[in-house]
Amino acid sequence: MSFWNDGADIADQAAPDGPIETRWERRQFSAKLVNPANRRKLTVIVIGTGLAGGSAAATLAEAGYKVRSYCYQDSPRRAHSIAAQGGINAAKNYRNDGDSVYRLFYDTVKGGDFRARESNVYRLAQVSVNIIDQCVAQGVPFAREYGGLLDNRSFGGTQVSRTFYARGQTGQQLLLGAYQALERQIGLGNVEMNARHEMLELIVVDGKARGVVVRDLVTGEITTDLADAVVLASGGYGNVFFLSTNAKGCNVTAGWRAHRKGALFANPCYTQIHPTCIPESGTHQSKLTLMSESLRNDGRVWVPLARGDSRKPGDIPEDERDYYLERIYPSFGNLVPRDIASRAAKNVCDEGRGVGPGGLGVYLDFADAIARLGRHAVEEKYGNLFEMYQRITGEDPYVVPMRIYPAVHYTMGGLWVDYDLQSTIPGLFVIGEANFSDHGANRLGASALMQGLADGYFVLPNTINNYLAAGPFEKLSADHPDVVAARTQVEDRLAKLLAVDGDRTVDSFHRELGHLMWEYCGMERTEEGLTKAIGLIRGLREEFWARVKVPGTGEQLNQNLEKAGRVADFFELAELMCIDALHRAESAGGHFRGESQTPDGEALRHDDQFSYVAAWEYGDTPTLHKEQLDFEYVHPSTRSYK
Amino acid sequence: MDIQVRVWRQQGPADQGRMVSYDVKDISPDASFLEMLDVLNEKLILDGDEPVAFDHDCREGICGMCGMMINGVAHGPERATTTCQLHMRHFKDGDTIDVEPWRAAAFPVIKDLVVDRSAFDTIIQAGGYITAPTGTAPDAHATPVPKLDADAAFEAATCIGCGACVAACPNGSSMLFTAAKVAHLGLLPQGQPERASRVVDMLEAQDEAGFGGCTNMGECTTVCPKGIPLTLIGRLNNDYRKSMGKR
Repeated sequence: MSFWNDGADIADQAAPDGPIETRWERRQFSAKLVNPANRRKLTVIVIGTGLAGGSAAATLAEAGYKVRSYCYQDSPRRAHSIAAQGGINAAKNYRNDGDSVYRLFYDTVKGGDFRARESNVYRLAQVSVNIIDQCVAQGVPFAREYGGLLDNRSFGGTQVSRTFYARGQTGQQLLLGAYQALERQIGLGNVEMNARHEMLELIVVDGKARGVVVRDLVTGEITTDLADAVVLASGGYGNVFFLSTNAKGCNVTAGWRAHRKGALFANPCYTQIHPTCIPESGTHQSKLTLMSESLRNDGRVWVPLARGDSRKPGDIPEDERDYYLERIYPSFGNLVPRDIASRAAKNVCDEGRGVGPGGLGVYLDFADAIARLGRHAVEEKYGNLFEMYQRITGEDPYVVPMRIYPAVHYTMGGLWVDYDLQSTIPGLFVIGEANFSDHGANRLGASALMQGLADGYFVLPNTINNYLAAGPFEKLSADHPDVVAARTQVEDRLAKLLAVDGDRTVDSFHRELGHLMWEYCGMERTEEGLTKAIGLIRGLREEFWARVKVPGTGEQLNQNLEKAGRVADFFELAELMCIDALHRAESAGGHFRGESQTPDGEALRHDDQFSYVAAWEYGDTPTLHKEQLDFEYVHPSTRSYK
Repeated sequence: MDIQVRVWRQQGPADQGRMVSYDVKDISPDASFLEMLDVLNEKLILDGDEPVAFDHDCREGICGMCGMMINGVAHGPERATTTCQLHMRHFKDGDTIDVEPWRAAAFPVIKDLVVDRSAFDTIIQAGGYITAPTGTAPDAHATPVPKLDADAAFEAATCIGCGACVAACPNGSSMLFTAAKVAHLGLLPQGQPERASRVVDMLEAQDEAGFGGCTNMGECTTVCPKGIPLTLIGRLNNDYRKSMGKR
């Protein structure tokens, strides 16, 4: 029995060819424009208010479109972009250290293990410089030097300093910039903001995305909203693992509902396991907390040389420590990309050399940095991260090395989009982490903020015109049969969840699903494990629909009903992730297949067979469509950081 | 550890609400306060009761979504700590802990511990921004910003909009929240053109939203999880005075 069907190849029709340096300029010129007077007649729905959604909603409104924006939190300022710590990349070359648009492009394609689209990545690198300008103009308080100019730091996977930062709270500061721009547009009446609302269905009429079905999370009221285009900026799906660095509310529902309506889902198995997170402390654990990768600039990662060494870290002499990243990867050392650092941590823990409870941890030690730079300088750079660590663990990292362990952090996969960021459903655009387009099989540090803002401020507002130029589209009423059908689907589904009235909580199912995914579709995947996982997921999903207990009613604030709907979608996504991971019989970036490794345990790609994007069509048995990847500029090579 | 929590239960805005006691057993000292409530809720659901509604999201102290009065103190006993970052190791076995929602005229209760803080967004809409439409920006290095100003602006900008300042204030004033934004933007050269109108417009919006006036009690800064200093309110007042007639 095969878990999937093979379908026809697909191609990105929107991408221009010719010299890569001018593709974006040429696309902007060839895209149709909408004149300012017509823009007010066009309405765009934006789902999500993170860096991508917030910046897109504000920019589209500034351009004159009518925008209706939705988020599940109580304010658009709370989207999970706010938690990003380390920084944002831009090819400004303010350090005069050899950086350029081309180098950022090159590093990103290589860092993504040659599984990203060259055209998109080049555009991202080009636009990166405008983002910094834009944010500074908005008052984002980036770190500066005494001369008053912007400071930079270096990040994993690169050998230049191109990361702009605001202490360990860069995401917060960038998001507040976008949020304030958005609030300004709300105040001007150009954006209608609907906080505490969740999108539960996409409305497709005559093959075009025309609206959404939303639930008011306070009253439980289900309404439909109709527009000329829909933009999903609904983030990633890392919470399928239950424990991740995502916020508790992060979910795949908006994207998954669109997938079920025909949008292809690309590379779902590409998940990023971040190497520096605070390890689990017990069964009560509800989420994991990231410690910024920027810490690896000054912290040194080590474990004891000997297995089962239970001495305190301070009692282990220098020559009985294994600084394994510096040993295995001398040229990048502690700054190897995330996928490599995570797997190396797993390997030393598998060897029985891990530290802390359960042996699931490695040290990240700042003793050398404190001796070299002084405590004050370390505090200046990482103060809030050290405080956060101490608050959570009760240990002082200025004195005792931090304990860290990898955790699910980011999902490179997402809805398939073309160069215009349009999905396979006309009129449905997908931006930020919710799409798949720029990071290939592994995202470099400080590139998520860059991509979210690139999509929202600069790319989407210049490509969505091309679609909207054909509008305004036929006016629809709420009793159009397709609109009613979408609404009824939502109502039936909620009623079904409430009606089960079983004996297990939503969280207990979510935890079990997450555990399964971590075990079989986490840092190392095998054919045997994935096959087993698919069976287990199907069984657990059946049990969910037979035994889940959702208290209360649908006509009230009901946080368990919200969770239940999200977990139901995670079950379906989990199965597709395993199928995607199973079909990709190679190792690439965040996807490491046990069967495909070099003799010294490094990831082994198979470019001859797998140099494509796997775009999945929804069905009881999903159908695989391949978008072949061409590398004209950065030729695939073995990614080496040694 | 075993504890007892007394939690504010309120079905909806119209309901009167009351404190209800629950026993929570066998909690790890390493669990966060919200994880303790998770454990309680799992039990309530299986017992056929309604779980306690509370806001939370990132659970790493930055989104500002969580917040409750714990033993009468906004975000609980630890200084500079959000509710999600408060851990049970700061309580003792056998403790009784009171848990209530933010209480302020401008933050009506929606259900249990969930309140409506949209009035904060209204204040930002009135002027908590720099007008810089996308695409209009000069090069980022065109205007150097003295490091001390940039650092001070950053400190003010770390406000997470949780509302603890309002909940702690006997007047239900949002002055610290507003002052933090006025300082963040007013300390930067980019924020100068709108400096005068910003402070006046934001204060007007704050009054209209039903927040009380500031009488310099300082409760706000004491509970602020990000340590926003009270001196920023003085700075706001100074800006306000200079703005009179300039708008």
